[in-house]
Amino acid sequence: MSPFIVALIPLLPALAVLVNGLLGFRVLKEKAHRLGVGSVALSFLLSLWVIWQVAFAGARADLVFYEWVVAGNFSVSIGFLIDPLTAVMLFVVTGVGLLVHIYSIGYMHGDPGYPRFFTYMNLFMVSMLLLVMANNYLLLFVGWEGVGLCSYLLIGYWYEKKSASDAGKKAFIVNRIGDAGFLLGVFLVFMTFGSLDFREVFPRADQAAVGVLTAITLLLFVGAVGKSAQLPLHVWLPDAMEGPTPVSALIHAATMVTAGVYMVARSHVLFSLAPVSLQVVAAVGALTAIFSASIGLVQNDIKRVMAYSTVSQLGYMFFGLGVGAYAAGIFHLMTHAFFKGLLFLGAGSVIHALAGEQDMRRMGGLRSHLPVTAPTLYVASLALAGIPPFAGFWSKDEILGAAFKEGQYLLWALGVVAAFMTAFYVFRMIYMTFYGESRVERERAHHIHESPRVMTWPLILLAALSTVGGIIPGFPPEGGLIHGFLGQVFASHGAPEAQHGLELVDYGLMGVSVAVGLAGWGLARFFYISRPEIPGALARRFSFVYRLLLNKYWVDEIYAALVVNPLLRLGRSLRNFDERVIDGAVNGVSFLTVLWGRISDLFDRFTVDGAVNGAGAVVRGGARNFRRLQTGFAQNYALAMLLGIFVIASLYLLF
Amino acid sequence: MEQFFFFLFAAGAVISALLVISRRNVMHCALFLVLTFFFVAAIFVLLKAEFLAAVQVLVYAGAIMVLFTFVIFLVHIPRTEKIRQTFRQKNLALALGLLLGLEVAYILYGTMAAPASLPAAAPVGAVGNTESFGVALFTRFLFPFEVVSVLLLAAMIGAIVLAKKEIDR
Amino acid sequence: MSAEVPLSYYLILGALLFIIGAVGVLTRRHALVILMSIELMLNAVNITLVAFSRMQGNLTGQVFSLFIIAVAAAEAAVGLAIVIVLFNSRETLNIDEINLMKW
Repeated sequence: MSPFIVALIPLLPALAVLVNGLLGFRVLKEKAHRLGVGSVALSFLLSLWVIWQVAFAGARADLVFYEWVVAGNFSVSIGFLIDPLTAVMLFVVTGVGLLVHIYSIGYMHGDPGYPRFFTYMNLFMVSMLLLVMANNYLLLFVGWEGVGLCSYLLIGYWYEKKSASDAGKKAFIVNRIGDAGFLLGVFLVFMTFGSLDFREVFPRADQAAVGVLTAITLLLFVGAVGKSAQLPLHVWLPDAMEGPTPVSALIHAATMVTAGVYMVARSHVLFSLAPVSLQVVAAVGALTAIFSASIGLVQNDIKRVMAYSTVSQLGYMFFGLGVGAYAAGIFHLMTHAFFKGLLFLGAGSVIHALAGEQDMRRMGGLRSHLPVTAPTLYVASLALAGIPPFAGFWSKDEILGAAFKEGQYLLWALGVVAAFMTAFYVFRMIYMTFYGESRVERERAHHIHESPRVMTWPLILLAALSTVGGIIPGFPPEGGLIHGFLGQVFASHGAPEAQHGLELVDYGLMGVSVAVGLAGWGLARFFYISRPEIPGALARRFSFVYRLLLNKYWVDEIYAALVVNPLLRLGRSLRNFDERVIDGAVNGVSFLTVLWGRISDLFDRFTVDGAVNGAGAVVRGGARNFRRLQTGFAQNYALAMLLGIFVIASLYLLF
Repeated sequence: MEQFFFFLFAAGAVISALLVISRRNVMHCALFLVLTFFFVAAIFVLLKAEFLAAVQVLVYAGAIMVLFTFVIFLVHIPRTEKIRQTFRQKNLALALGLLLGLEVAYILYGTMAAPASLPAAAPVGAVGNTESFGVALFTRFLFPFEVVSVLLLAAMIGAIVLAKKEIDR
Repeated sequence: MSAEVPLSYYLILGALLFIIGAVGVLTRRHALVILMSIELMLNAVNITLVAFSRMQGNLTGQVFSLFIIAVAAAEAAVGLAIVIVLFNSRETLNIDEINLMKW
């Protein structure tokens, strides 16, 4: 495998970022997509070549291009690891990425920030490719932070809108919590193994103590929880829907949020040796799956339904990884990328048709107006609901089956209930949007139009992938192509990927999956087609539950009360302190005199003059000292630094 | 012999550095800074880093100091020597500096003196310092070298943008 | 046997120069003198690096010093440009009269 071609895969979009970023607004303007889409298309072709080599020529590669950091016995290289896991991720990232890029040409047409949009999107592709191709944890972290940055930039793409820029900040800050954990995990990997290269760490994994491995994997998983929006750090993803819809499709459904799943799968050697961590992963995944599926039941914003669905499906992936079914988890990642990308792009098409309307209560009856969007979205919903033979069924069923066979009956039950909810909310979305009577506002109604072909073709291609993307690689269950392919990565380390024939229990589990999916579908049909008055009645009857779900279990509010507001209050009181004490002192003695006068006045009434003077002196002295803390002179701060150095040197001398 | 020169140059460097931070006239400060740079270059020669010594003289004592003198001429304020020269925190900073200096010197003297002398024949001398330096710079450190060139370019553009008069568009 | 100079002497010289520079930064008001003191500090670091390079017998320290000289040149260029702008707008070079950082 030629290193040059492998290196070109991330380099081409990087070049496009440079050119678009520097010349986009002055030279390219409305032609910015040519570079943006063209570079991704070339990357995709090169990726296909690499995948071909990996799949059919059995090629594996660990290419080192450059010694990046060399310091003592610590060295990190810029190098790419090419193996089946990377190949699958390459396909998902560049393939879905390309379709979304093409779609964006139509969706973002006429936006004043057109070149900026493609610059960010390509930067995202570069980061994501670095993430999945890296051969060590530090380079992976570079990609990890890169996608986080792009996510921030793209959520806040319409930065004039306060809610969008707030959502961007929220995503960035919540992600930061996870990243801190991830970074600590990486440090611990280096402490334990003396290297960050995958090829050095994994073969020696069993030499480390189980406790250490548990700590490492839990810390890494904290990072994954942040990036992949699992409980309790899921709060940023629904808000991320403030970004343009293609962004939601690419970043917040198909690729970036799966980075955590990929990272856990990549580190499966470590996770397999730490059963406690695996149990945590499975539990968090299953809980997230049912938690956010239940929120998805009542949301009215079409993109929010998708957002909670994404969180829930990511939960499934972690659930799969946690029960040791790594290949099934990655398989679900792939099929999910197809149908969730399609769902988002389809939703974008609906929103585009309705000139920005996102509330499903003001949709309905759109089927005849959107002859391409409606059937493709239907296909995506079938795939998400897990109806065979569509893609989602094969991967979801495998995860649930693996959980059952691992003896995780409680988590399995959670997963089945979540699957039922999934089928219900996705068809609720379909029926509210495309069926029934039109509730579209009058002024929007007359210009409903199907999207241009540059937008519908990606939908059709993704619909095709959502149809066959599960059965071709995944049939027969647990023995399909993808298992043979990924098994080369996972099986070698004792993961329970043993090949065996289908047993009765498999058919039983499959039957349960299908039945649950059909039940959800049927219930949605009953509620929203046959008896549209029932949902309202139920909402009134169980108003507490309804409000609980509608308000997303008040998680945002709880965080606001427990974390955000105390910090804000601390900040405000510091500012008050600033205003009262520091600036008062700075602006002149007048304020101090007044304060002093007031205090002495108070004290005069009750105590003797001596105490008054003392109190005044205390206030004055305190103010003078506190004022020093914030003088605005860099030299004062530098003196503090020198003092710190002095303290450290003294400590060194003493001990 | 080496020790003699070391102490000569070291004393020169320290004394002229002290003068840099204590003279009232900015021009004198600059000239003493040049002197310090020459002494440091001499120290580099003692350390068998001839190339770096040459760079030190050319870039520091030459280019950077010329820049400094130009700016001094440009912004010269006549009565600047008459006014207070020092910052409010002067005494505190002086005391802290003195303490820290003593402390660090003590630590270094105690720990680093153990290997009594430098290795007699450092391998760098074998090919000639400049040649091996160049080889290292353009092979192992090529990428950082290029990055530094970009940094210099950025600084150049930045300086021009900052210092030019506002141009009306 | 010529009297070789121990490494620690060089390090102490570097530390002394560094602290002289630091004290200069902390005590002087004149922006240009502060910049000069920063150059002193950078030079002190260079001495330390070159001394270590000599002791280790490899050139990494010297290469690093060269980069530091380049960074110092960049810093001087930008710093002096800032000084000129400062002088044009404020008519002063006394750092303690420039207190925009304080609200």
